[in-house]
Amino acid sequence: MSQLLRVEGISKEFPGVKALDGVNFELDRGEVLALVGENGAGKSTLMKILSGIYTPDAGQIFVEGDEVDVTDPKVAQRLGISIIHQEMNLMPHLTVAQNIYIGREPRTGPWVREGELNRRTKALLGDLGIHLRPTQGVGELTVASQQMVEIAKALSFEHTKILIMDEPTSAISIQETQVLFRLIRSLRDRGVGIVYISHRMEELRQIANRVTVLRDGQYVGTRSMNDVRDDEIIAMMVGREVSAAYASRPEVSGDDGEVVLAVRGLTTKSLLQDVSFELRRGEILGFAGLMGAGRTETARAIIGADPMTAGTVVVNGREIKISGPSVAVRHGIGYLPEDRKRHGLMLEQDVAFNVAMASLKSNRAPLGFLRDGRARRISENFIKSLRIKTPSSRTTVKTLSGGNQQKVVIAKWLARDCDVLIFDEPTRGIDVGAKEEIYRLLNSLAESGKAVIMISSELPEVLRLSHRIVVMSQGRVTGTLSADEADQESIMKLATQNIEEVAA
Amino acid sequence: MTTPRAEDLADARTQSPPAEAVAVGGGGRGGRFAALGQGLQQLLAFGTLIALMIIFFIASPKFLTITNISSILLSTAVIGILAVGTTFVIITGGIDLSLGTAMTLCSVVVGLLLSNAGLPLPVGILGGLAMGALIGFINGFNVAILGLPPFIATLSMMLVCQGLALVLSGVKPIYFTGVEGFSKIALGEIIPRIPNAVLILFALALVAGIILRKTILGRMTYAIGSNEEATRLSGINTRRWVLAIYTLAGVATGIAGIVLAARLNSAQPQLGVGYELQAIAAVIIGGTSLLGGRGSILGTIIGALIMSVLINGLRILAIQTEWQTVVVGLVVLVAVFADNLRKRRAEGGGRH
Repeated sequence: MSQLLRVEGISKEFPGVKALDGVNFELDRGEVLALVGENGAGKSTLMKILSGIYTPDAGQIFVEGDEVDVTDPKVAQRLGISIIHQEMNLMPHLTVAQNIYIGREPRTGPWVREGELNRRTKALLGDLGIHLRPTQGVGELTVASQQMVEIAKALSFEHTKILIMDEPTSAISIQETQVLFRLIRSLRDRGVGIVYISHRMEELRQIANRVTVLRDGQYVGTRSMNDVRDDEIIAMMVGREVSAAYASRPEVSGDDGEVVLAVRGLTTKSLLQDVSFELRRGEILGFAGLMGAGRTETARAIIGADPMTAGTVVVNGREIKISGPSVAVRHGIGYLPEDRKRHGLMLEQDVAFNVAMASLKSNRAPLGFLRDGRARRISENFIKSLRIKTPSSRTTVKTLSGGNQQKVVIAKWLARDCDVLIFDEPTRGIDVGAKEEIYRLLNSLAESGKAVIMISSELPEVLRLSHRIVVMSQGRVTGTLSADEADQESIMKLATQNIEEVAA
Repeated sequence: MTTPRAEDLADARTQSPPAEAVAVGGGGRGGRFAALGQGLQQLLAFGTLIALMIIFFIASPKFLTITNISSILLSTAVIGILAVGTTFVIITGGIDLSLGTAMTLCSVVVGLLLSNAGLPLPVGILGGLAMGALIGFINGFNVAILGLPPFIATLSMMLVCQGLALVLSGVKPIYFTGVEGFSKIALGEIIPRIPNAVLILFALALVAGIILRKTILGRMTYAIGSNEEATRLSGINTRRWVLAIYTLAGVATGIAGIVLAARLNSAQPQLGVGYELQAIAAVIIGGTSLLGGRGSILGTIIGALIMSVLINGLRILAIQTEWQTVVVGLVVLVAVFADNLRKRRAEGGGRH
C-alpha cells in the first residue's frame, strides 16, 4: 500500500490555547483510518487545517510524498482532499444534480444544460451505487440520503483521493449506516483513502483498518484495529482506565415502585398509534427503536410540545390535560431534547442563564424581579456537583464542549426538581469519558427516586442502563422487555416489526 | 473520580455555598471573548459618540453650548423613547414597523380627547397610553398567537395606524392651544435647562434598563430572542411573554406620541412615517442584534444620541438635510458591519 497523506508535527495555537501540538498521522491508499479523541481533542482543528480553513503554525503536510501548502479550501480541492462536514452544506431547494455540480454546471453561453447535468449526475450516482434520482429535490431526502449526495459531490471532483468524514452517522439510522458503510468499503477498494471521525466504537470495528488517537491536541498513538481492544482505545482517549469503573444500572427497584406517569392510547395525527406505557419511581425506562419509530414524537406529545389527537396522560394517579410544555413542567415532567443546540440551550447566553431557565419561578422576588445572585449560586453549585468544565458561570454556553453543554441542560432540569425526566439521546455527540459521567448521573437520579425515560439509538447504552425497555416501530409500541429478557437481538426484532415491506 | 450523588445534586439547589470561582482549565477563551465583545460594542458606540462631539466642537464652537446640547437632547427624546420600547421587541428577535404611525395615532387620540372633547388632561394622557398599549397588544397577538411574521404583522399595522390617524383627525392637525399645561409635558423644565421630554426619556430608559436586567420579563426577552423553542421546552409560556413585551413596547409608543404632541403643541396626522426606521437604526447602532438575544438599553440611548448629535452637527456645519440622511444611513451600515466583525472574531476563535 502506498502512502497518500502524511502529516508531521502539526501545531496550531489560538489565543490562550494550544489546539494542536505536534500531531502526526499517515493515511494509505485504500484504507479507512479512524480518528478519535474526546471533544476538544483537536480533531476538528486538524481537519480544518487539512481542508485549508486554518493554516498551521508549524508542521508539514505531504500528499503522495510531496510537501504541500494548503493555503485555502480551493487548494485542498485541487490536491484531492474533500471533507464531508457534520453539518450538511446542501441547498434544500435545488435538485440532487444541481447540488452536486453547483458552480460547475455544463453550459452553453449563459444557459445551463440541464439535460447534460442530469446525465452526468446519473452516471456518477450509478458508478457509486447510490440509488437516487438526479432530479429529486434535496429537501425531500432523508438525512442519510443527503449524506450520500454530499459524498457523491465530494467524489465528483475528478481527483478526489482523500475523503474526510466528520461523524457521518450521528444523525442516521442503523440500516442507513450499513448502506453508508457499503459505500465507504467500495470507495476504499478503489483506492480512496478515508479519514473517519466517530465516537462510536462498534462502528470503528466495522469499518476502520487503523485508528489514530488524539488527546488535548496531542498525538497519542496509532494502532491497527485488529490488535487493539475497545477499552485500550478508550484509555488512550481519556488518558486513564475507564472500563473498570463502568457504571451499570442500579438494583431494580422492583415492581413495587409506584407509577408516576402512565400514558394510555397516545395517538397523534402524523405518526403515533395507541402508545401506552407506565413509568415507575426509581426506574430508568429505555425507549429503543429505529430512527423515525416515534420515540421523540412520544416524548414531545407527552409534554405537550406537539398536539395529541387521542390518549390520556396520568401523573401521580391524576389524569391531566397537558396543553403545552409549561403545563408539563408544572406537573413535574422535564424533557431534555435530542437536539441540544436547537431545542435545549440558549447558546449565546451564559451558563447561569441557561441553568435558571426552567426554575425562574422559584427565583422570583416581588414585582417580578429576578433573584439573580441566588440563581447564579445555584448554577455554581451544579457546576461543581456535575463537574461541568467551564471557567465560570458567566461563560457563554456556545464555547463549552458537547458533554458539558449536555450537563448544563441536565443542571437546568435538576434545578427545577422534576419527578419525571425524559432524556432524548442524552449522549449523542458526546465523548466517551463524558458519556460515563452522564450514565452515572442517570443512575443516581433513578436511585434518588426520580423516574427517568431514556430514549437512545445506541443499543448498548439502552441495555446497560434500563430496568425495562419499550420498543417502538412505526409509531407503535411493539413490545416492552424487562432488563433480563432484553438483548440486542430481541430489541432489533421488535424494532423492525412491520417494516420489512417498506425497507424492500 | 467520584460519582456525583443525587443528594449532592439536590443539595446544590439549596446550599448557600462559598462563592469562590471554580478554576477549570480550557475552553474558556471563547467565553471571555464573547463577554469582551459585548462590552466592546458598547464602548465602541460610546467612543464614537465622544469622537463625534469632539469633531463637531472643533469644527464649530457653537456645538458645545448649553442651548445646543439642550436642543440635541430634546430632539433625541421622541426617537429615544420609541427606541427604548422597541429594544425589547428587537431583542426577542422581532421587529416593529408600526412604531412611527402608531405614535401618530396615539397623539391624534390625545388630541381628540383633550381638544375636541375637552376632557381633563389625565384622561387624555391615559387615553394616549391605552391606545399605544392596544396597538402593541394587537401586534403581540398577531405575532405570538396567530404566528404571523413580525415584519408582516407590524407592516400592516403601520398602514392601519396611518389610515386611522388621518381618518380620525380629518386629515387636519389638531391643536392643543386651549389645553392648559399640555405643552409643559415636553417643554416645561422641572429641572432648569432640561426640558421635561428629556427627563421622561431618561426616566423611561432607567426603568426599562432595570426591567431588562433585573426582572423575569427581561430574562424572558433575552431567552426568547436567543432560542424561542428551547425557552418553550423549558416550560415557559412564550406566547404570553411575547404578548406582554409587544404590549409594553406599545405603551412606550404611546408615551412618545404624547411627548411629540406636547412638543409640537399639536397632533400632526401626516407625521410619523420614518420614525420607526430611525428608532430601529438607533437600536442597531447601540449594538442590539437584529437576530435577537443580545442588546441593551444603554446601547440604545447611546445609539439615539449618536444619531441626533450627527444630525445636529451636520446642520451646524450647514450641510443639506438630504446629505444628513445619507450620513445616518452610512452610520447604520458601519454599526452593523462592526457587529458582524465582532461576531466573526468571536466564532473564528472557537475550536469546534
